Amino acid sequence: MAKNEKIQRQQMPEQAPLVRKNNFNEVPKGYTAEMAIQEAKRCMQCKKPACVEGCPVGVDIPGFIKHVSNGDFTKAISKLWEKNSLPAVCGRVCPQENQCEGKCILGKKGEPVAIGNLERFVADYEREKQLATRPEKAEPTGKKVAVVGSGPAGLTVAGDLVLKGHDVTIYEAFHKPGGVLVYGIPEFRLPKEIVFSEVSGLEKMGVNVQLNTVVGRIVSIDELFEQGYEAVFIAVGAGLPTFLNIPGENLIGILSANEYLTRANLMKAYLFPKYDTPVVRGKKVITIGAGNVAMDAARTALRLGAETSTIVYRRSREEVPARQAEVHHAEQEGVKFHFLTGPTKFLGNDKGRVVGMEGLKMVLGEPDASGRRRPVPMKNSEFELECDLAIIAVGAGANPLLTQSTEGLSLNKWGYIIADPETGKTSKKGVWAGGDIVTGSATVILAMGAGRQAADSIHQYLSWGW
Amino acid sequence: MFKIINREEMAEGTVILNEIEAPLIAKKARPGQFVILKANDTGERIPLTMADTNTEKGTITIIFMVVGKSTALFKTLLVGDAYQDVIGPLGKPTHLEKLGDVICVGGGTGIAVLHPITRGLKQAGNHVTAIIGSRNKDLLILEDKMRAASHELHVCTDDGSYGHKGFVTDVLKKILNEKKDQIKLVVGIGPVPMMKFVSLVTKEFNVKTLVSLNPIMIDGTGMCGGCRVSVGGKNKFACVDGPEFDGHAVDFDELSLRLQAYQEDERQCYDHFCKCQD
Ligand SMILES: Cc1cc2nc3c(=O)[nH]c(=O)nc-3n(C[C@H](O)[C@H](O)[C@H](O)COP(=O)(O)OP(=O)(O)OC[C@H]3O[C@@H](n4cnc5c(N)ncnc54)[C@H](O)[C@@H]3O)c2cc1C
Ligand SMILES: Cc1cc2nc3c(=O)[nH]c(=O)nc-3n(C[C@H](O)[C@H](O)[C@H](O)COP(=O)(O)OP(=O)(O)OC[C@H]3O[C@@H](n4cnc5c(N)ncnc54)[C@H](O)[C@@H]3O)c2cc1C
Ligand code: SF4
Ligand code: SF4
Ligand code: FES
Repeated sequence: MAKNEKIQRQQMPEQAPLVRKNNFNEVPKGYTAEMAIQEAKRCMQCKKPACVEGCPVGVDIPGFIKHVSNGDFTKAISKLWEKNSLPAVCGRVCPQENQCEGKCILGKKGEPVAIGNLERFVADYEREKQLATRPEKAEPTGKKVAVVGSGPAGLTVAGDLVLKGHDVTIYEAFHKPGGVLVYGIPEFRLPKEIVFSEVSGLEKMGVNVQLNTVVGRIVSIDELFEQGYEAVFIAVGAGLPTFLNIPGENLIGILSANEYLTRANLMKAYLFPKYDTPVVRGKKVITIGAGNVAMDAARTALRLGAETSTIVYRRSREEVPARQAEVHHAEQEGVKFHFLTGPTKFLGNDKGRVVGMEGLKMVLGEPDASGRRRPVPMKNSEFELECDLAIIAVGAGANPLLTQSTEGLSLNKWGYIIADPETGKTSKKGVWAGGDIVTGSATVILAMGAGRQAADSIHQYLSWGW
Repeated sequence: MFKIINREEMAEGTVILNEIEAPLIAKKARPGQFVILKANDTGERIPLTMADTNTEKGTITIIFMVVGKSTALFKTLLVGDAYQDVIGPLGKPTHLEKLGDVICVGGGTGIAVLHPITRGLKQAGNHVTAIIGSRNKDLLILEDKMRAASHELHVCTDDGSYGHKGFVTDVLKKILNEKKDQIKLVVGIGPVPMMKFVSLVTKEFNVKTLVSLNPIMIDGTGMCGGCRVSVGGKNKFACVDGPEFDGHAVDFDELSLRLQAYQEDERQCYDHFCKCQD
């Protein structure tokens, strides 16, 4: 035991903050093989590994780490794939501090094993070397399954079911597959090439990907059944922007984070005018909210030339919901944080462009429904903040486009699909749902976990019935 | 890929018609709906209303005015070339029902958007008066088609080079004065200022008015909120709640401003494109 504790956690090599805030290249550079082996050796191979309990999909963490410490990265990736079909993504974006690493026994006294970094290393190694053999595909069953949405939930279901021999088609509204992984999370955090390589892996296994297809408009769920699909999995995410509904919010230069990030990432506005889509390039940028989405927006703004990029959050530092690593990276890059402040109004000029925000200071009161202390405005604490771009990143809701055009699908009062938490079954026969459209905005790994459960349930249904 | 099988230049090459192979969209589309097109890898997503569809040939027709980089790029696509992405049908279709006497008012390229709606209203059994206008005779589009789609057609040009000299709103006002109690609906589609003034006129006469809004869009599925417009003091997303709205409730001034959001960038992009073309 003492031996493991003596080795320091391998620090992830990163681009220096002042360099990276001017480019869109990935911030962490990844472990070398030597570093990965060193880090893997820190793991104590616990008999009852607490880390596994912290992972929503139950990755055999000591199992894969054991192979890493032996330098057998090919065995390690096969171990990861047993539970997680997108390890290169999860290693980068899982909130490890609340999940696997948060439970790691080494974290009690010192630093936990860098499970995410190891997962990422193993997946990147395999992507480069292509040494492992993917699991065998079962004989074709002749059963057709439609997956609506190509985010992590949809990709997981497609991957699992194609292996079971089913004929799977993914329908995606956008012109590129990947969901939030391509339109939301920026290149400097998750290179798009990784997502596309995962999708092309699925295509090689036989998954058919139909882009530019807005289900609910060009084809309905019922029409999919008429076309011979026997099961449909809905994974359309939580794609409805929330606004603050305060005066001045329609001024030019006030964008939802969805719009800002979609322009910047999916449409590659950071390469404008080589790419045709523009995005507002603010000098003084305010981002409202403090989740992962807000961090991504505030850091993107710096890379697009902002002189100041400020997070405005109505609670305190303790309540910040973003991954620790992102908050840390944002601070290093120079993002400023205004805690306990809430916007009340936007100010504009005669051209209809935003020039500032008015807000109030807050104090924390009694806990609210979410268990977090509710921010209460302080009297006479009005202040003004100058800005020429304001990004609203205060959460997302359920997009009604598909759900309202589908009969027999029960929704909760916020418009999310009601699905069985064990199987993903909805109230409509032959229809499953999972990911953010069921849970509300959550995480990549939870969406994948829901996908895995639904895939099992769909497979059972196709074999035995509803 | 979505191949162009027919192409026409109209209004002295400022307006282009493309008939595009898109059988699934053609089958589903209804008057009033639009598509989003992207020419190539580096292209922008541009919303355009379907001016026509042909289910037998499996084609949709778009008619667009060349105003900036993307529409200039679209203009360079010839028969046999293809759009990389076409997404649709998007937006709510026009609610076509028998009401009695209706007036359809179109300006500029808006006439292309108005045409299928006019035809639909006539087919639904309405008596349709159409008023179309442009800056001058050479810029007028779809006159014959609009004549066929309506019972009565009035043409206006700003400079008087053809038809009535003046704005479409002059003719509209005259007709409303003559038979205001008979008119059940006015549909006005064209540049934002035109729609604003049509709505102001019909407001005086208290006649229900539909306009089709064209804010800047990205996804067209209600995901980004970039297309938000104020209607009756509430935010609506034009791509899913519209694009048609009650003209009396729309905040046209806000829409005009919001359309300017990327004006400087667009100029830069357009100039860059023109230089590369030379
Ligand atoms: C900016 C940002 C940063 C984030 N950072 C993190 C992070 O660091 N770590 C983490 O774990 N989580 C993060 N999340 C959350 C995470 O990305 C989501 O929880 C996850 O992507 C949800 O997956 P999903 O498959 O349910 O849906 P999505 O990823 O939202 O994918 C849904 C897909 O369905 C498509 N679609 C929608 N409607 C239709 C339709 N009618 N027809 C066809 N297709 C349709 C959409 O275009 C989209 O591609 C972040 C989210 C955002 C927005
Ligand atoms: C639902 C919908 C349907 C539409 N249908 C048609 C149609 O059938 N035919 C047609 O010609 N146009 C239509 N438009 C407008 C068309 O989308 C724009 O003209 C186009 O996006 C301009 O792109 P651009 O890159 O060529 O010009 P840009 O360089 O983007 O813009 C040039 C100028 O046009 C203005 N502009 C930018 N975006 C728009 C916009 N969305 N609407 C109006 N002006 C804009 C800008 O203020 C700028 O001054 C429609 C728009 C919407 C939202
Ligand atoms: S999938 Fe996420 S939570 Fe699970 S082990 Fe990997 S990084 Fe940790
Ligand atoms: S809890 Fe930590 S030390 Fe124990 S098996 Fe998991 S990663 Fe290794
Ligand atoms: S275009 Fe994004 S919400 Fe309408």
